[in-house]
This record gives sequence, structure tokens and C-alpha cells, in this order.
Amino acid sequence: MSARDDILGAVRERGPATRELPRVPDFHSAPDDLVDLFTMALARLDGKVAQPGSDVQAWLATAFPDARQICSAVPEVSGNVDPAGFSDPATADIDVTVVRTPLGIAETGSILLTETELAVTTAAVLAQHLVVLLDPADIVENVHFAYRHPAFQQAAYAVLLSGPSGSADIGGVTVHPAQGVTTLTVVLLP
Amino acid sequence: MRVGLMIPCYIDMFYPQVGKSTLGLLERLGVQVDYPFDQTCCGQPMANSGAHIEAKATEELFVRNFSGYDYIVAPSGSCVHHIRNKFTAADDTPERRHVSSHTWDLPEFLCDVLKVGEFPWARFPHEVVLHVSCSAIRGLGEQTMSERPHDPWFSKPRSLLEKVDGVTIADFDRPDECCGFGGTFSVTEEAVASAIGNDKLEHIGASGARYIVSPDMSCLMHLQGCAHRDRGDFHFLHLAEVLNGDAQ
Amino acid sequence: MKAVDQARNALAFLEDEVHERAFDTLIWGLRVRRDAAAREVPEWEDLRTLASQIKEHTLANLAHYLEMFEASAMRNGATVHWARDAHEHNQIVDDILSSHGARHLVKSKSMLTEECELRPFLQRRGVQVTETDLGERIQQLDDQPPTHIVGPAFQKTTKDVADLFHRVYGSDPDRADPVYLAQVMRDHTRPLFLSADAGMTGANFAVAQTGAVVTVTNEGNADLSGNVPKLRICSVGIEKIIPGPEELAVFIRLLTRSATGERITQYTSHFAKPRAGGEMHIVLVDNGRSDRLADERFWGSLKCIRCGACMNTCPVYRRSGGLSYGATYMGPIGIIMMPATDIRRYRELPFASTINGSCSNVCPVHIDIHDQIYQWRGVMNDHGQFSTTKKAAMKVAGAVLSQPGAYRAAAESGVAALKVLPHFALYNRLNAWGRHRDVPEPPTETFHQWYARTRGRDGTGGTSL
Repeated sequence: MSARDDILGAVRERGPATRELPRVPDFHSAPDDLVDLFTMALARLDGKVAQPGSDVQAWLATAFPDARQICSAVPEVSGNVDPAGFSDPATADIDVTVVRTPLGIAETGSILLTETELAVTTAAVLAQHLVVLLDPADIVENVHFAYRHPAFQQAAYAVLLSGPSGSADIGGVTVHPAQGVTTLTVVLLP
Repeated sequence: MRVGLMIPCYIDMFYPQVGKSTLGLLERLGVQVDYPFDQTCCGQPMANSGAHIEAKATEELFVRNFSGYDYIVAPSGSCVHHIRNKFTAADDTPERRHVSSHTWDLPEFLCDVLKVGEFPWARFPHEVVLHVSCSAIRGLGEQTMSERPHDPWFSKPRSLLEKVDGVTIADFDRPDECCGFGGTFSVTEEAVASAIGNDKLEHIGASGARYIVSPDMSCLMHLQGCAHRDRGDFHFLHLAEVLNGDAQ
Repeated sequence: MKAVDQARNALAFLEDEVHERAFDTLIWGLRVRRDAAAREVPEWEDLRTLASQIKEHTLANLAHYLEMFEASAMRNGATVHWARDAHEHNQIVDDILSSHGARHLVKSKSMLTEECELRPFLQRRGVQVTETDLGERIQQLDDQPPTHIVGPAFQKTTKDVADLFHRVYGSDPDRADPVYLAQVMRDHTRPLFLSADAGMTGANFAVAQTGAVVTVTNEGNADLSGNVPKLRICSVGIEKIIPGPEELAVFIRLLTRSATGERITQYTSHFAKPRAGGEMHIVLVDNGRSDRLADERFWGSLKCIRCGACMNTCPVYRRSGGLSYGATYMGPIGIIMMPATDIRRYRELPFASTINGSCSNVCPVHIDIHDQIYQWRGVMNDHGQFSTTKKAAMKVAGAVLSQPGAYRAAAESGVAALKVLPHFALYNRLNAWGRHRDVPEPPTETFHQWYARTRGRDGTGGTSL
């Protein structure tokens, strides 16, 4: 008997009596201003929101004046590092990475990134500063609505990012950064 | 109305005045009170230690003593919680089920059955804190628990205490954290039990109040034990003593 | 193996007042923040009910969901392995590493791998293992197990960490500044991430419909461990399976709020497929879970989502410290999980509790923790795990308290009354009641005596008032 057979056999035979799976409601509450809620929620974990208008490139230069290596996967910003080359961890000294997210969550101040947005499996953690473009129309109310996004069925890797990397493991005091991105800025731009 | 009065073993032995106050209060309220003389204990000390076989005979003695009553009242949340919710060492007979479903902690009985509106014979012009036991809060549902912030606020013991002329009830930090007694826990884990109890006394002390009132004497027994060692200026009173006007 | 003496360990913890005070304050603070987070969500109790029902449904149909998960994961290009116990798990992980020539593994936090004692196993076979969770790494450097399920190093003050990093990294011992210390850790660990041969994560959840392994971290260390190296291994306890993304939403809303009071962690990551050009290996682990599933009293403990809310609220845990339990899992959830693994070693754990019920009421998945603790006490008795003193005390108490005449005689003889109650029957051996508290003084007459004197034994008339 393989381990697989043993384990499946054991749980099949000896588990508790079956019972129904409940239907999960969406807890829709028609909140007023999703952008406001999103901004406040993101701020809780030290994420920032910016509304620079249409010239994101200019805003970037003032927001990160010391940035040398910029990797952009969006047409609104041109960088000097090719996104395709990012999959090599040795290029781990990117100062700013710019991506666009397809989804924001007002409840938690989260944005969704998958491998579709960039070679983002490493960008989400290796870049020092992460700038994420978000169309306000793509902000959903809560986590239940968020999990309807097809990314959670199809993506190879999907991360809900809700703030720059942090930790409260030392004496319970929250610090940034820990291992991942140092800052997270969401730029609201349709 | 005829009530079978249950007086917990530790009240019988160490705090008989609580029994007298309870009896006196019920009689003042027009209740005919029987005290089945052959009662001893609810069996909790053995059962809570996992010694179910040793608890059986004591629980069954309780059933025999009280099965004839439609109202069984005890001034002890921990005993009543045991009788109502954990009376499993005794054989599961109709009499056992009867006593389990007809036993009230004193605050429950006063609020829900007698619906007492006032205690005109009682006056206690002091600042007090009210400590309600974990058994009463989470076992019997006598008060909203802090773990459930959406439950509407209510407290049966507090609603009674508030009716006593002159009483001011002060609030303190971590109001429904356990006092640390836990029965034999207070002996087998004596240091932890005392640490928990002393912390509670510190929080109570910070409120300024020096009278600690509770519907559960077991908690007070534990806190009193902690207090003697470290800080002697608290007074410990069972709720029945205050409601019956026996406290000054 | 000798039984863990939780009481003695707790006493040692309490004797270090500075650490005990700091720990109790920190951990109670998490409970307070959890309350505030729960208050913000009007449907909080509905979410708890849903979470409990989803877990119970899944556990009751676990074979079905395990097979579904395996099929989804395989469709995604992942390889699924099955391990009956800790040893098989460790062996499988070692085989995967050695077949890829991997000598250096970075891993994110996984209580399951602690349970399996994976690190020493691999290290004995020449594999370097680097913990990437800050708290786990701190404990690893100090050669200590985790002290809390969410914050492994919560028992250490900032100064303790500064001293530790000074010893290990040569950093400044006088800079007891969490920001500085986190930077020290980051500087030392980042190169390790980038050069590791393999990365390992645990799983907070495993989604049957999609084959995704979900991790929840503040640091993003699971993402670094899971995404930088080409070889990814995920250790998943079989009880972590949930049906689909719709159900996952419920747990994501409950987990972090219950753990720390935040709405969500910085990184909520879903690993479904291997990296391009990489491999993903998922190890499904039983290690006693199917046994627990078969126990109708205790299977509810498998619903646990490892939030730590129970230990945060537990007055005993906060004053005993996490190491006092001598077990992988500590606090209330530890008490109901560990005895099944070694009933002799953990026979005292069910008594490290006041059965106050707070844990059950903060548990996001409605595990009846305190009721299970109570039941474990009976199991200990049934399995002969009581000490002789305790057995004797219980017998005496049970005999006296069930005989009205014997009870009254004992009660009325003052000092002897102290010996009737089990609390006091144990008093002599430990001299416990006297040590930190005073013994109540027996009054001149018992209630029984007063009643008989003033009302008569049958209540119809006394001899004096």
C-alpha cells in the first residue's frame, strides 16, 4: 500500500459524518467611497496612495529622485531595466519597479499581482520600491468580491500585496522593511 | 414557591455567612426555602480533575437530594455551570436531567424567575468592583463576554448590584479575564494561579475601589488568598451579602 | 520520555519578572487588537460560523478534497507526494533536494516542519537550512523552538535580540532598536535567498479546486523562499485543504484579524504552478491527523488555522511562556493537539488550564477548545496517567463528599475540612496554598451546623437563634 492509499483510506473510513458546505455570501454593504476606504486601509500597513495626474513619469522622478535602476512594465513610464530580464535574481538591485494591477480591495487596501503583470514573481519582493498603477474602477468592496477574479483560478502565482514588507517579530514592534519591498505606492490612474 | 437551596461545600465550610445571606434574601423575597440537610457538593472538584468515577457518587447524591424540587438555587456560578452543563458522571436518568435543567445561579434566579426590582432593605454606600466568574459569564451566559463584541451588552449580576442604594460600581482593566482559581489548578499550578490573581488585584486596585463583590465565592477565596500576602486592604463580599443588606 | 512538567517550567518563567511582564503585556495586546478588528466587521460572528462549517464539511469529505487538490496540482505541473508521518516527510524532502543536488535550502515559516523536526534531519545530511521568517530565524540562531505560533520570538525582548545578533553577526549590542535589528537580519539573509538552491514554504491553506498553496506573511519571506529558487517545495498538512477561492475569502478575512488585529498581512500569496523552468513539489502530510480525524471528541481540533488567538487570550499561557509546554504547539490549541502524539509525555498539559472558556470564544473556527481540554483530563485518568498522590486525593475526596455523615464530620472538625477538598488534599504534598497565598481560616461553625442549630435539620425548628 502506498502512502497515498494509506492516507486516503484512513480519512475515507474514519472521518466524521458528512455535512453540507455552506454557501458563502458576498457581504455586500454598498459603501460610499471605495477610493477613500482603499486609501485608509492601505495606510494602515504603511502603503501610500498617489494621484499624480497623467504625467506619471514626472511624478516618479520627484518621488524617487535617487533611483538609478527603474524597471517598468507599463506604457506610462519608461525605465532602463528590461522586465524580461528580471527573472534572474542576480539583477536584484532594482530601485523602482512599476507595474499595473488589475484589482484593488477597499476592505484591506490590497492590490493583486500575478506573473501576467511582469516577471512579478520576484519583482514583488526583490525591488526596493514598488509602484503600482490602479484604475479606481478596478477597486472592489471586499475580499469576497476579490476572490471572484479569474487570477485566483488561473494564475501560476498571485499575491495580494497590502503594504511594504514588515515584521513585528522583534518585541512585537512593527518595522519596515523586513525582507521584501521597502515601500509600496499605489498610483490611482485609469 | 418552594426552592431547594444548594450551599456549595466550600461555602459550607469557610464562608457560611454567604449561605445565611442567600437564605435570608430568598426568604425576604417571599420564597419558601428548603435546605436538604444531606447535601454535600456538586462533584465538580473531582470531575474537573478528570476523576469521573470518583465524582459519580457525589453527583448522584446531589440528584437524590434535589430531584424533588422545581427550583434549585445556589450562590455559585461554578457549581451551577457544572450541574447544568457537565453533570455526566452521574447516570443519565430522568431525575438527573431534571436537576440539570432546574438549577439556577442566584443572579439568574433573581433576574429571570423572581424578577426582583429593588432591595429596599439594603444600603452599601461604597465604591465597588464587580467580578463575575468565567463559569457565570461563559458557562451560564449571565453577562456579555468581551470576546464577542457584537453581542448586546447585559449583565445579570450587575443589574442587581446597581439596584442597591449607595453603590457605585467602578470599572477596571481586563474585566472578564479569569481570576486564576480554576479549582485544583490553583494548587497544582500555584505560581501561575497566584500571578493571574495578583494581576487582577492590581487592575482592581488601579480603579480605586477596595470592595470586591462577586456572585462566586470560589474566585473571591482565591483572590483573598492572593491579597493577604501582598496587599491587605481589599474587602471581599459575595453578592448575596450586599443584596441582603448584610454588608456594611 | 519523561512527562513535561508544565507547572515547574511556568514557575521558572514567572521568576523572571521582567520577561514575564513584557510577555504578558505584548500578548494581551494582541487580544485587545483582535477585539477591535472583530468589532469593525459587523458580520464577524457569521464569518466564524461559515469558517467552522466549511472546515467541518471539508474534513468530513477529506479524501474527496485531497484527491481534487492532487488532480488540480498535477494539472498545474506540480508534483504531489504523500507522507504518512514525520519521518516519511523528511525523507521525501531530502530525496527531492539530493536528486537536484541542492545543498542549501531557504524556508519560510511552517509549524508542520517544526512538528516533523525537519531542520535537524536535513542538517545531519549536510543540507544547510536557513529560516527566513524573522522570528523563526531568531529562534534558529538561539537554538530554541518557537514560543508562539505566529511570533516565534515573542518571548525575547528587543535587548535579547540585540545581544543575540551581536553574538552571531557582530552587530551593535547597545542598539536595541527593532528597525536596526531587522536591517541587520535583512542584510545577512538576502544574499542567502539569492544563492539558495531550493526554497520551501508551508501552507496556511491549500485550495482543492485550483491546486494552489496559500501563505500569509508580513515579510514576504514565503514569496522570496517560494519564488527565487527554481526548486520549490511546499509542506502541507492534510487538514489545510479547503474547497475553493470562495471559501478561502472567509479564512483570509478571519485569520490576520484573529492573530494580530490587522485586516490582512502584507503578503497573501497563492502558489499554483511552478516557476517557468522550475519545479514545484507538494508534500501532503498525515502525521497523526487521520487518527485525530477518527476521534469524535477531538477531531474539531483539525479545523485550526494557526491564528494564535487562543494562546493570546489564555491567562495561563501568558504567564507560563510558550516554551513551558515542551511541545511544537503551545497554549490551548497545543493542549488539545499534543497529547494525541504522546500521551505520557504530555499528560500534564490538560491541567495547565483554568477551563475559563475564553479560547473557545476567540477561535475563528469555533473549536470547542476548553471543552476538549476538559475531556482530555478524563482521558488522562482513563489511561492511568494520574500520579499516585492525585489518584489518592481524588479517591478520598470522592468517598467523603458522597457520604453526608462523613462529609459533615470532616467539615466540622476545622482543620480536617481543609483535607476534604481535592484542592487542599493536594495541599500537603506541595505545600502550595501556603506558598503564595494564605489558607482561608475555618469559621467557628459550618453552614450545616448553623442551620441545624437555628432551624433544625429538617428546617422546622431550631434549638437556638
